[in-house]
Amino acid sequence: MLSLEHITNAVHQWLYGNLSEGWALFAEFVIIGVLAISLFSILGLVLIMMERKVSAYMQVRIGPNRVGKKGMLQTVADTLKLIVKEGLTPDGADKFLFNLAPFVVMVVAMVILAPIAFAKGFQIWDVNIGVLFVTAVSSVSVIGILMAGWASNNKYSLLGAMRSGAQIVSYELSAGLSILCIVVLTGSLRITDIIAAQENGWWLFKGHIPVIIAFVIFLIAVTAETNRAPFDLAEAESELTAGFHTEYSGMKFALFFLAEYVNVFIVCAIGATLFLGGWMPLHIGHWQGFNHVMDYIPSSVWFLGKTFFLIFVIMWFRWTFPRLRIDQLLNLEWKYLLPISMINLLLVTVIAIAGWHF
Amino acid sequence: MQQMIEELATTAQGDMVINVGPQHPSTHGVLHLLITLNGETIKNVEPHLGYIHRSIEKMCESLSYRQFIYVTSRMDYLSSHINNHGCALCVEKAMQIEVPARAQVIRVLMDELTRLASHQLWWGALAMDVGALTPFFHAFREREMINDIMEETCGARLTMNYMVPGGVMFDLHPNFQKQVKAFITHFKGRFAEYDELVTGNIIFQNRMKGVGYLSKEDALSYGCSGPVARASGVSCDIRKWYPYEVYPQVQFTEVMETEGDCFARYMVRMKEMAQSLSIIEQLIDHIPEGEFQAKTKAVLKLPKGEFYSRIETARGDFGVYIVSEGGTTPYRIKFRSPGFSNLSALNHMAKGQKIGDLVAIMGTLDLVIPDIDR
Repeated sequence: MLSLEHITNAVHQWLYGNLSEGWALFAEFVIIGVLAISLFSILGLVLIMMERKVSAYMQVRIGPNRVGKKGMLQTVADTLKLIVKEGLTPDGADKFLFNLAPFVVMVVAMVILAPIAFAKGFQIWDVNIGVLFVTAVSSVSVIGILMAGWASNNKYSLLGAMRSGAQIVSYELSAGLSILCIVVLTGSLRITDIIAAQENGWWLFKGHIPVIIAFVIFLIAVTAETNRAPFDLAEAESELTAGFHTEYSGMKFALFFLAEYVNVFIVCAIGATLFLGGWMPLHIGHWQGFNHVMDYIPSSVWFLGKTFFLIFVIMWFRWTFPRLRIDQLLNLEWKYLLPISMINLLLVTVIAIAGWHF
Repeated sequence: MQQMIEELATTAQGDMVINVGPQHPSTHGVLHLLITLNGETIKNVEPHLGYIHRSIEKMCESLSYRQFIYVTSRMDYLSSHINNHGCALCVEKAMQIEVPARAQVIRVLMDELTRLASHQLWWGALAMDVGALTPFFHAFREREMINDIMEETCGARLTMNYMVPGGVMFDLHPNFQKQVKAFITHFKGRFAEYDELVTGNIIFQNRMKGVGYLSKEDALSYGCSGPVARASGVSCDIRKWYPYEVYPQVQFTEVMETEGDCFARYMVRMKEMAQSLSIIEQLIDHIPEGEFQAKTKAVLKLPKGEFYSRIETARGDFGVYIVSEGGTTPYRIKFRSPGFSNLSALNHMAKGQKIGDLVAIMGTLDLVIPDIDR
C-alpha cells in the first residue's frame, strides 16, 4: 500500500544519494519551507470556508454560495481582495514593531507545525522534546499580539493586547498540565512515542476518567489560548471593535486572521495526537479482524479526521456560547481549571505508577 | 485643537479616556460615550447626544394633525406603530373622537405584534452584544414573519404608518387572522428554544446577574420606565395604570422583577413576550365587525389648549404633548421618549463595572438612538 512514509523516505534517499550532505539538507529545508507555506495558506482557506459554512448552518442561513461551485472559491476571492488592498500604517504607530507583529504571529504558527506527525512517518522534525517544543513556541505568539497592540498606538488595541496577554499566560498553565498527563502516562516527550503508545487504544479511552478530565480542560484551555469565542476577549468586537488588530488592514490583517486559523488547526492536531492517537487507527483490544479493517484506512485520513472533528467542536463553541468577562475568564482559570488540573495530574501519576491504565 | 484632543484623552488624574461611538458595533446607532477607565474598570460614562438629531418636534409644528403622526415612525423605528398610536390617541383625546370597536382591537393587535417584534430584535441584539452571534439570526427568523404580516396589512415592514386619528387607515387583510395564527403556533415552538439557547446558558447568566444594578428609588428618580423600571420593581405599565383602547378587557399581567440587575431586565422582556402573545391569542378570534375608522373631517382642527397622552411602547412610557392654538397645525409639540430617560441612568449603573458589563447594560436598556435624539 502506498503511504506517505514511502514518498518521504524515497525523496530523502534520493537527495542524499545524489547530492553532498550539506546540499541535501539545504534542499530538504527548501522543500519543507515551500510545503509549510503552502499548507499554511491552504489551511487558512479551507478553515475559513469551513467556519463560514458551519456558522451558516448553525444560524439558519446558507453561507457563501456565489463564487465558484457552492461558494468554495469565496475565501480565495476574499484573500485576493485583501492582497490588493493598501496596508495602512497609522501615523502615531511604531512603524517597525507594527509591521513586524503579524509576521511574528505567523512565524510562530508555522514553527509549531514542525513536530506534528501528519501521517505515519510524515513529520518534519521528530524531536525528542516534541511536546515541550510545542508548548514553548506557542507561548511566543503572545509577544506578537502584545507587539501589535502596543505599536498600534490605539487604546482599543492596547486593551485587547493586555487582555490577550493575561489570558494566554494563564491558560498556558492548564493546557500544559493536561499535556503533562499524557507525558506522564507515556514516559516520553517525543510525538512518535506518544502515538506509538496508543497502538492498542487511544489515551482518551485507556486512561480512565482523569484523562477525560484532562482532555476537557485541554479543549477549554486551547480555545482560550487561540483567542476563540467564548474566550475571544482580545478582539471582542462588541466591546473593543477588533481588539489588537483594530488598526491593521490589507494583508497584514489577513496574516493575523490566517494565523488564528492555523493556530486552531495546530492545537487541534496536538489534541488529536495526544488524546486521540494522532494517525493511529482505532484499535480495540484483541479484535483482530476489526483492527485489520481499520488499518486499511490511510493514516493521514485518520489524523485529519480527528483534527477536523476537534476543529468542528471548537467552531461549535464559538457559534453557541456568549463571551466571558475578563475577570470571569481569569477566575475560571485560576480558581477552577488550574487546581483541578493539578489534582488531576497527581491522579494520572498514581495511575501511571500503579499501571492501572489499560 | 491638539490641546483640546489631549484634554479629552486624559483627565487630571491621568485616567484613560476612550471614545465609544459614534461609530461602534455595540452602541446600536450613533451614540457617543466618553468612558473614563481605570484599567478595565469604568469610572465614568458620559453620553454625548445629537448625532442623529433631526428636530422632529420642530418639523411637526409645520405639519397637519394627520401628517405629523407619521414623522414619529422615524423616532423609535422598532415600535413605530406604537408611536403612531400614541400620537393618534392624543389627537383623538383633544377632539373627543370615538374610535370604533373594530379599530380599537386592530390597533391593540398591531401594537402587541410590534412589541413582540421589537423584543425579538432586542433579544438577538443583546445576545450579540455579549458575544453570541447565533441568536441574532434565530430572532430575525421569527421577526420576519411579523414583518410579513405588517407588509400585507399595512403595506410597509418597518415604518407602518397605519394609524389615523379615529382608527386605522384601511381594513385588515383577509389573510390576517390565518397568518397571525400561523405565527403564534410557530413562535410558541421557537420561544422555548430561545430559553435553551440563551437564558439557561451559564456564561450568559454570569454576564447578566448582579450587573448594572438599579434600585427602585434610582429607577424612579432617573425617570426610567418600561421594562427597565419594572425590573427594579416599579409598577409603571401604562396599559394597566392609564388603560387605553381594549386593554381593560384583556387578561394580562404586568411583569415585574425586583432584582434590578441586567438579568431581571432580561427576564421582564422575555416574560413580556409571552404576555403579548397571550393578548394576541385572546383578541385574534374576537375582532368585532364594523367600521375600521371613525368619521372625521378632512382637515382636523384641535381646540385651543394643551393635551397630553401616554402610551406603553416596547421601551416604556411614550408621552405626546401638544399645545394647540386652534389652528390646523400644532403650535408646539413635545415627545417624552422612554429611551432618553433610560439612558440617563447608564452612568449610575455602569460605574465600577467592567467594559464588558457596559455593553451588557446598554443591551438591556434596549436603546434606540433616533428615539433618544429625535
